Amino acid sequence: MKNLLFLVFFFSFSVSFSSSSETDSKDFNVTDMIMHHIKDSHEFHILDWNGKGVSIPLPIILWTDNGLVTFSSSEFHHDDEGTEVVTKKGLSFVKFHEEIYYASSESNSSGQFLSLDKNSYPTNLKPLDFSITKLVFSMFLSMILLVLIFGISAKNYSKSSKGVPSGIAKFTEPLILFIRDEVAIPNIGEKNYKKYMPYLLTLFFFIWINNLMGLIPFFPFSANLTGNIAFTAVLAVITFGITTLAGTKDYWKHIFWMPGLPVPMKLFLAPIEFLGIFIKPISLMIRLFANISAGHIIVLSLISLIFIAETVWIAPLSVGFTVFISLIEILVVAIQAYIFTMLSALYIGSAMEEHEH
Amino acid sequence: MDLVTPDVGLLFWTFCSFAILYFLLKKFAWKPILGSVNDREDSIREALLAAENAKKEMENLKSDNEKILKEAKIERENMLKDAREIKTKLISDAENQAKEQASKLIESAQLAIQNEKNSAMNELKQTVVELSVGIAEKVISSELEDKNKQLKVVENMLNDASLNN
Repeated sequence: MKNLLFLVFFFSFSVSFSSSSETDSKDFNVTDMIMHHIKDSHEFHILDWNGKGVSIPLPIILWTDNGLVTFSSSEFHHDDEGTEVVTKKGLSFVKFHEEIYYASSESNSSGQFLSLDKNSYPTNLKPLDFSITKLVFSMFLSMILLVLIFGISAKNYSKSSKGVPSGIAKFTEPLILFIRDEVAIPNIGEKNYKKYMPYLLTLFFFIWINNLMGLIPFFPFSANLTGNIAFTAVLAVITFGITTLAGTKDYWKHIFWMPGLPVPMKLFLAPIEFLGIFIKPISLMIRLFANISAGHIIVLSLISLIFIAETVWIAPLSVGFTVFISLIEILVVAIQAYIFTMLSALYIGSAMEEHEH
Repeated sequence: MDLVTPDVGLLFWTFCSFAILYFLLKKFAWKPILGSVNDREDSIREALLAAENAKKEMENLKSDNEKILKEAKIERENMLKDAREIKTKLISDAENQAKEQASKLIESAQLAIQNEKNSAMNELKQTVVELSVGIAEKVISSELEDKNKQLKVVENMLNDASLNN
């Protein structure tokens, strides 16, 4: 509890630092700030000091017309408006709103090497961007943490006698057993669940730890990875793939030719059931993405109240609410990880179900 | 719109990361952990079963013990009864024997007394005969001192003898 308060204070300060430079030049734009925070970035921003951003440059990896191009994001000199051109392998690149574009040969009126359409959206071509961004960095960190936590847990078992857990395994075992007894066995069934345990466990802990890391508001955490649609999309697609591969003849029959119904009803249900195959993973994807992003947006909005009201007297209220929401978020991120895993298990289980009629 | 457009790079890295994580954790975490958890659960189940069996065996043993105890009790009672019987029998035997012996002793004592009495009587008879012969001798000798008297006796005797014929 004490730590959490500390974190929230820390968070509020980091936000104030990063926004100070913006308030100097123009009005504080809450939407821009929040969008900047919940989106991906090519450098890991730690804090602002005396109006200057302190950040860790991350490698940029591009698949271009001339093959693979790599360089450090520091070569853009913190530019995000397309004014700084980096030339590599005879190609020049600019960064605009955290996207890498092929630079135009000449700058436009505002010094950007881009041609913008009327919605001020660049029309330049983009190379395929495989950069190690803030989110990818965060994901690698979570992988290391997971392998460490569960590798050590597994070691704790072999050391102690008769499979009695010791050390960190005392904490992780109930969680693993929870996934087994409350998620896998009830949804997939005693017969088949073992095959899917590694997937469900990896899924649950991968989502959960990244959710939690997103809640911690300072370097090297604070990345909104699970609130990014690309991340949730990949997991949803994997669940979709497993469900499709696990599907029995019975499952497909229930989708395309529902047994026990009159023919017109069968014809009516088939397209709905068919769409259901895709809607299920899409709902998974959107649920996680929206919940986590919403959590981040709420916390950031509450902190921003101070800058919107432009008075420090709103700070206690703002911080108080942030603490409250953060506490709820701790619960929410665990529930969201659980729901994603639980529904994945449910979909896999329903695809393998043996109907008796 | 940016927010809901997935990035190719992040899609790629997420997929790679998840795949790698899956295989790493499967090999180094889930397999050993779930394996030992399963082993432990099996051993617990076995232990419970063994305990149940042991309990049953104990119950059997208990009932056996009770049976044995009961038998032992009955046996003890029987033995006590026997002993009592033997005791009473012994006592009565001894009594009988003693009585018998006593009566034998008494009998022999009576016999001896009888014998002693008889021999004493005989001796007495002898003595009486000798005394009476002596007296008779003395009487006869005194009687026959006078001739008349001798004749009288012979006469009496002769009278008696004639009467007898």
